[in-house]
Amino acid sequence: MASGSEGFRRASRDWLGTHFPRALAGLGPRYMSSETPPEPTPAFLAWKRAIAEKGWGVPTWPCQYGGAGLSEEEAAILAEEMAAAGAWTPIGGMGVMMFGPTLLEYGTEQQKLRHLPGIADGSIRWCQGYSEPGAGSDLASLQCRAEDKGDHFLVNGQKVWTSGAQWSDWCFALVRTDPSDKRGGISFLMIDMRSPGVTVKPIRMISGSSPFCETFFDNVEVPKDNLLGATGQGWTIGKRLLQHERGGISQMSSDVPPLHALALTHLAISDDGRLADGELRVRIARCEMEALALALTVARIQSESEEGGPPQATSILKNVGAWLAQERAELMLEILGTRGLGWEGAGFAAPELEACRQWLFSKAVSIYGGTTEIQNDIVAKRMLGLKDA
Amino acid sequence: MPLSIQEQTMLADSVGAWVARESPVTAFRRVRDAADPLGFDPAAWRSIAAMGWAGIAISEDQGGAGLGLAAAGLIVAGLGRALVASPLAATIAASAAILHGGDEAQRRLWLPSIAEGTAIASIACDEGGHHDPARLRTKAERVASGWRLSGVKPFVAEGSAATLFVVAADTGLFLVPADTQGLAREPRSMMDSRGHASVSLDVTLPADARLSDADLDTVLDGVRALAAAEMLGLADAVFAMTLDYLRVRVQFGRTIGSFQALQHRAATLFTRIELVRSCVAAALAALDARADDSRSLVSLAKAQAGDMLNLVTREAVQMHGGIGMTDEHDVGLYLKRAKMLEGAGGTSAFHRDRYARLNGY
Ligand SMILES: Cc1cc2nc3c(=O)[nH]c(=O)nc-3n(C[C@H](O)[C@H](O)[C@H](O)COP(=O)(O)OP(=O)(O)OC[C@H]3O[C@@H](n4cnc5c(N)ncnc54)[C@H](O)[C@@H]3O)c2cc1C
Repeated sequence: MASGSEGFRRASRDWLGTHFPRALAGLGPRYMSSETPPEPTPAFLAWKRAIAEKGWGVPTWPCQYGGAGLSEEEAAILAEEMAAAGAWTPIGGMGVMMFGPTLLEYGTEQQKLRHLPGIADGSIRWCQGYSEPGAGSDLASLQCRAEDKGDHFLVNGQKVWTSGAQWSDWCFALVRTDPSDKRGGISFLMIDMRSPGVTVKPIRMISGSSPFCETFFDNVEVPKDNLLGATGQGWTIGKRLLQHERGGISQMSSDVPPLHALALTHLAISDDGRLADGELRVRIARCEMEALALALTVARIQSESEEGGPPQATSILKNVGAWLAQERAELMLEILGTRGLGWEGAGFAAPELEACRQWLFSKAVSIYGGTTEIQNDIVAKRMLGLKDA
Repeated sequence: MPLSIQEQTMLADSVGAWVARESPVTAFRRVRDAADPLGFDPAAWRSIAAMGWAGIAISEDQGGAGLGLAAAGLIVAGLGRALVASPLAATIAASAAILHGGDEAQRRLWLPSIAEGTAIASIACDEGGHHDPARLRTKAERVASGWRLSGVKPFVAEGSAATLFVVAADTGLFLVPADTQGLAREPRSMMDSRGHASVSLDVTLPADARLSDADLDTVLDGVRALAAAEMLGLADAVFAMTLDYLRVRVQFGRTIGSFQALQHRAATLFTRIELVRSCVAAALAALDARADDSRSLVSLAKAQAGDMLNLVTREAVQMHGGIGMTDEHDVGLYLKRAKMLEGAGGTSAFHRDRYARLNGY
């Protein structure tokens, strides 16, 4: 590797050494993807401030929008160094993963300057207003209406399964501007969740928490400035955003500790040092090998794709990522046995309770971001050219 | 005498009618939301006992119906269909253990009150996260007055309600009334919201507390086969619910059940369930007949049921889409109970391994 990148590696290692609180090492999953994240400690808040100032929460975004303007190569080095230090970014969510990249691609300069810095420093949270009771897999049949009132849109309708709506400042939503044109009648709006007429009702999930909501829009006025792209371009932009979402989901299990380590500490070992449960051993190996195959495929696709951003192949990656997340959660419970089936209270360690909730939540990974069936449909129709009769 | 096909249908129908009347899934929700450590509604349990089901496998001379585990399996499956929270399966398995391994005095002491529903019994075997009956650490030692038992059983089914435990120790099985001095229990809140408890033992028992003729594997096979029967009941209900949804949910202008991708998977689920139905019936009948191949058949039933139910519940959630992830929908309740039963009496992997051993490889 070029000496410049060696220099960058050293510099990032030094910076992480100074700024990343060792006490937070390895706690990324607990904070960022847990059903019950811990209260933010002063160390957590200081770390979040430091990385936001450095722009490393969104390292490849341009500096003027709160990023660090790193090249893909530098970002990869940074990710390696962070992994080596047990460091993780406290800046995440739908803004970072899906909306920001889409805004970078389709937004006006004014929209980018207005919305990206708040995502980059983790101060503004976004939610996704796509699904409706009657429009899930068939997203394009959505009915939430946005009427053109000259200087603003008047929005009326309902969204459902809106993750994090109750904590979000803004919502990126697909709305219907033209009832006579299924796809061409969809537009992409940015809606301030504090606007009069927005109501949010949390829905309890099987895992016990309420991370998603019903979201109602009742005569909500949305300024024209908050339209992304042109009127009627929502389906194109919305699908692009989904590719970012699917790409993100495929990476979910990429930096989790390997299962075999947990298995070796929890389960019987045979005389030659192998897991005594032969069937479980094979399943763990299959899961870890699939994870490696996925990582290699992600890397290959990235190196082969010319234009920026995720390609259509994100659908196959999303499905493998969903399978991995679910199989991993399943194997965690195999390893913990009955200890992993505790719901709450005395008799269970925190990671055991977490494994149970995580197993339940993992059932959603093959549903959200477009179901596994819909991804397969996209692959069959758009990539393989197979047609309905 | 095994039940005729006709009698089996009649029994299953009467269970179905009782469930619809007395304890549909809404009743389970009430029990769950009340969060009583008992884990069931005592009125429902009295009604179950009044139906004569607690004594279904108990011989007639001890106040039971003498219909064996095959009939018990039909009832347990029927209750499983609506997730009825009750200590019935645990109590029947324990009654079968006493019937099989107890002497005349032990039977007379316990079986009539179990048949009446006044005694609730449960087998306490597992000691860690995994079913491993070959390596029990609960110690039973001879002392002058009888036996001294010490150990911890951290996740005993119906452990909060049981009045009698059949405790598996390193040197056999023992009858331990729940009010024995030195027995302590603490409720455990688990995923399925049923009445599990950790039971710790430091007790002295009379000499006649040991089930001297009991074989642990046979006793556990009762637990396993009844778990498989309940799993079948869960699967039937979840599958029916899913088929209904495939018929009514519309996307892309058609019912989702019109998509061949889902039709074929529904066909696969049906296939897996039908195989398990045969295995469960064969295992229960073999236990009743004390057949030579009962162990193999029980492992077959438990392994097949585990894989089947894991698939059926997973697919059920998937085919329901977002609504399947909500607490308001019943499918998640089945998913949780299914996971508990998957490990009860050994996972599918445990039983595949056991099957291979039993067959000499
Ligand atoms: C935890 C969670 C978080 C979510 N967060 C958000 C969010 O933040 N914002 C948002 O907008 N949405 C969100 N969703 C919604 C999610 O995108 C939808 O649930 C998903 O797209 C499926 O839609 P549906 O629930 O209506 O299911 P349906 O579309 O009704 O699907 C039911 C079943 O039918 C299958 N099916 C449908 N069409 C076909 C076909 N043509 N061929 C074969 N099978 C088919 C589906 O794959 C599925 O198995 C979330 C969902 C979950 C579970």
